[in-house]
Amino acid sequence: MSERVLEVDGLVVTFPGDTGRTAVVDHVDLTLDAGEALALVGESGCGKSMTALSLLRLVPKPGRIEAGRIQIAGQDVLALPIPALRSLRGRGAAMVFQEPMTSLNPVVTVGAQVVEAIRLHERVTADAARRRAGELFARVGIPDPEARLDAYAHQLSGGMKQRAMIAIALAAKPKLLIADEPTTALDVTIQAQILDLLRDLRRDSGMALLLITHDLGIVNEVADRVAVMYAGQLVETGSRELVLGAARHPYTQGLLRSIPALAPRGARLSEIPGSVPSAGAWPSGCRFHPRCPRAFEPCPRIDPGWTELRAGQRARCHAVAKEEAS
Amino acid sequence: MLAYLVRRLAWAVVTVLGVLLFLFVLFFMLATPDDIARKAVGEKAPQAVLDQWKANHGYDKPRVWNPESPGDTMLVEHFRRMLTFDFGNSDADDTPIGARLWSGAGPSLAFTVPLFVSGLVLGISLSLFIAFFRETYIDRAGTVIAVLAMSVSTLLYIVGVQFVLGKLLRWFPISGFDSSPEVMIRFLALPVIVGLMSGIGGDLRFYRTVFVEESSRDYVRTARAKGCSEGRIMGRHVLRNSLIPILTGVVMQIPFLFAGSLLLESFFGIPGLGSITVDAINANDFATLRVVVYIDSLLFIVGMIATDVSYTLADPRVRLG
Amino acid sequence: MPLHVWVNAGVALLVLGVTVAAWRIRHNTLWREAGRELWRRRPLALTFVALYSAFALCDSISWIDAEGMGVREPRSLLVRAFPADFQEASYSAPLADVEFYGAQPLKHPGAHWLGTDILGRDVLLQALRGARVALLVGGLTSLIAIPLALLFGVAAGYRGGWLDDVVVFLITVLFAMPGLLLLIALIMALGRGPVQVCIALGVTGWVSFARLARGETLKLRELDYVQAARALGVSELRIVVRHVVPNLMHLVVITFVLTFSGLVLSEAVLSWLGLGIDGSWGQMIDRARDELSRDPIIWWNLTAASAALFGLILAVNLVGDAVRDILDPRTLRERA
Repeated sequence: MSERVLEVDGLVVTFPGDTGRTAVVDHVDLTLDAGEALALVGESGCGKSMTALSLLRLVPKPGRIEAGRIQIAGQDVLALPIPALRSLRGRGAAMVFQEPMTSLNPVVTVGAQVVEAIRLHERVTADAARRRAGELFARVGIPDPEARLDAYAHQLSGGMKQRAMIAIALAAKPKLLIADEPTTALDVTIQAQILDLLRDLRRDSGMALLLITHDLGIVNEVADRVAVMYAGQLVETGSRELVLGAARHPYTQGLLRSIPALAPRGARLSEIPGSVPSAGAWPSGCRFHPRCPRAFEPCPRIDPGWTELRAGQRARCHAVAKEEAS
Repeated sequence: MLAYLVRRLAWAVVTVLGVLLFLFVLFFMLATPDDIARKAVGEKAPQAVLDQWKANHGYDKPRVWNPESPGDTMLVEHFRRMLTFDFGNSDADDTPIGARLWSGAGPSLAFTVPLFVSGLVLGISLSLFIAFFRETYIDRAGTVIAVLAMSVSTLLYIVGVQFVLGKLLRWFPISGFDSSPEVMIRFLALPVIVGLMSGIGGDLRFYRTVFVEESSRDYVRTARAKGCSEGRIMGRHVLRNSLIPILTGVVMQIPFLFAGSLLLESFFGIPGLGSITVDAINANDFATLRVVVYIDSLLFIVGMIATDVSYTLADPRVRLG
Repeated sequence: MPLHVWVNAGVALLVLGVTVAAWRIRHNTLWREAGRELWRRRPLALTFVALYSAFALCDSISWIDAEGMGVREPRSLLVRAFPADFQEASYSAPLADVEFYGAQPLKHPGAHWLGTDILGRDVLLQALRGARVALLVGGLTSLIAIPLALLFGVAAGYRGGWLDDVVVFLITVLFAMPGLLLLIALIMALGRGPVQVCIALGVTGWVSFARLARGETLKLRELDYVQAARALGVSELRIVVRHVVPNLMHLVVITFVLTFSGLVLSEAVLSWLGLGIDGSWGQMIDRARDELSRDPIIWWNLTAASAALFGLILAVNLVGDAVRDILDPRTLRERA
């Protein structure tokens, strides 16, 4: 029985807007066990990055976590005092960001940044820390790791930089790795390498992975379970096989249909009509209803609740609920 | 790096020549030697007296073109003497300019250096403090105070400080100077205080802007995600990165420490380069004024090159390409 | 024609120009939004600046009374707001009935709200009149310097080649010379009068803006729509006027407001050196300096001039900061 590494319950994150504060993350629930990989999927602006940031209370001002419960490795993150929070960051859970160029300090060597991550959580000598940093660099696949410790961020390629970022994240042996679009800024070939690396790390250390992405191809490669987000809410969750192979929510179906590789040659590309609503301008009722091909009477009025489907899959849709009832 | 230095030196040389040309136009063409002579001798002096004075002070050659012996003109003289630092004598009292300026360097440095160092320390630490508390009332109060401090003319600071600290409270002498170190401190206290008050507003705003901008960068978010405390972020990550733009401004000021300050030296009776300049202005001493502007330009050019070099050394992105 | 008539004409032209400009851009949403935002953020400071401007305007419009014999001085609107022959014999304290030294009765007892100076002139009137000099120094100088800087900077940046080299050389040489000293040298060479002071300030002030304009023009020149216009055969002048200059306007406004206070403060220092303009606050401060060492102290001269100077500089600084924040290219892009 794997331990539960992450449990998120009813998370609400708000930002000030023209009409008061709006929830950019609206009652999101997530769970993740050790060794598992959960992909949080959605388009830009759906709130997935904010969800990730709130796990370690990194939501930038003027944003605020208004409600919910976050448990990482058994600790109630939202109730932690600051020193304990700092200890959790890096040790309980660590984060890897999208843009490795700007996410690394440009005037400090990458080795020093790894050493800092180590020494923030462990009492070790500078030499011991440096040795461990070299090992970490080797572990993440950076060639000639000892020499690379003294390099500066701008001297490394995009892929190397991201590996360095992962090394920093691994420094305090976290139970959960949160990766926010880690390969979006990288070339496709490098993407594959980084994803392989993440998979190997998980397998070797039993670390859980929360992967934020908009790329369904990556989801297929990496994830055990999938959660789909739209306009601040989760709309479908379940195992990878079920969500990607037998999606029930119209939005997920639309996303899958619009992948060019799956469409027959010469046919028109499928698309979801309309565009993503911006925060604060959520449509009434089901937020997807203006763009949904299956919208019917209750959709503009009532916000749909979860409909439990087989094997842990669930979808938030009136049409699905109606199907299940019959 | 070497090629870069050579390019900068070439730029420096061209600029110096340009400055000398401009000075020539200003001091010999716009203000003619006759004007200068008249200011020195008197408005109503007869031409013969003016000519005599001009001959004595080396203003008697043709300015740009000498048909008899080309090359023997004021223009060439001007360039030759300035470039060889052969400054000649003052128009007002005939004393050697070079020696006078040299003697003024010491007193100027005596108060510009403490002012510079204390201003830097005070400015950076206060700004770091304010930036740490950005968006709180401390930040707002600091910004308000900075704008207020910047809006007061230095003249008023001088008058105010001289009056309150010098006359009312009698803590320090109002003006004067002494070469012996223990006494010198008492005389320098007021000008340093005024210099600090006058400069702190602008410094605060500049440093704060740099610190706040660096604080919002992505690498700060990474540091926070690693578990760094806010204090450590400010003191190590933000400060390190901010030093690069700050350094360039700071290095620029160093050559000017020699130049002193016109206002401060004059009001506080410090016999430095600044007060020599003011005396020259009041006495219509164009010769000294020419030299002072030239020297200041040289200091600026030295400062620019030093700034470029220090920037190259400080930023690993530039240093290591 | 006498000087004051020229000045009156100039004022009329200025007011006309401002009105026409405001009329022309009233439909431009960018500037209208910016204006509204500015008023929302700094109503007090803007009011102060408007007040000072009003005083300056009133002091710039003057005419000679037609009656009487002999040569009469033109008196401005501001002066006429005060009683005629308002001058006393010598010092008097604010709101006093008698002279400061000797206790002789005043011609206008209790009427001098801020007292009188050594020549008996009303201090309040002098302080108000200083606004004209300040706005002249800060505003008019920029009005000359900024178009000049734009001309040089844009021409250099857009044309490149030898023109660019010449302008960059000029800018570098002027920049290398210390501002204040250069100013002083120019005034000593040109002579000590308000026009010369403004010219000197203009010459030394246009340099940094020209640099900025050149840099921005270099960037704008590479923009896609400018290249497209060139490819379509649009004349270069038209491109510059229609595409480059309007994109520099926000920098113009920011520079104008931010350098305003620097110019006024420079003039104060110049006055102290005896090179300033008559009637400025700097001159008042310079004259009043010795009065602090008298016993009993004469403080009202210095206080009035200092307060007036501080008030304008602070208001302009606050407005300037707000203008810079509002017209920041980043926020401009978001709002567009």
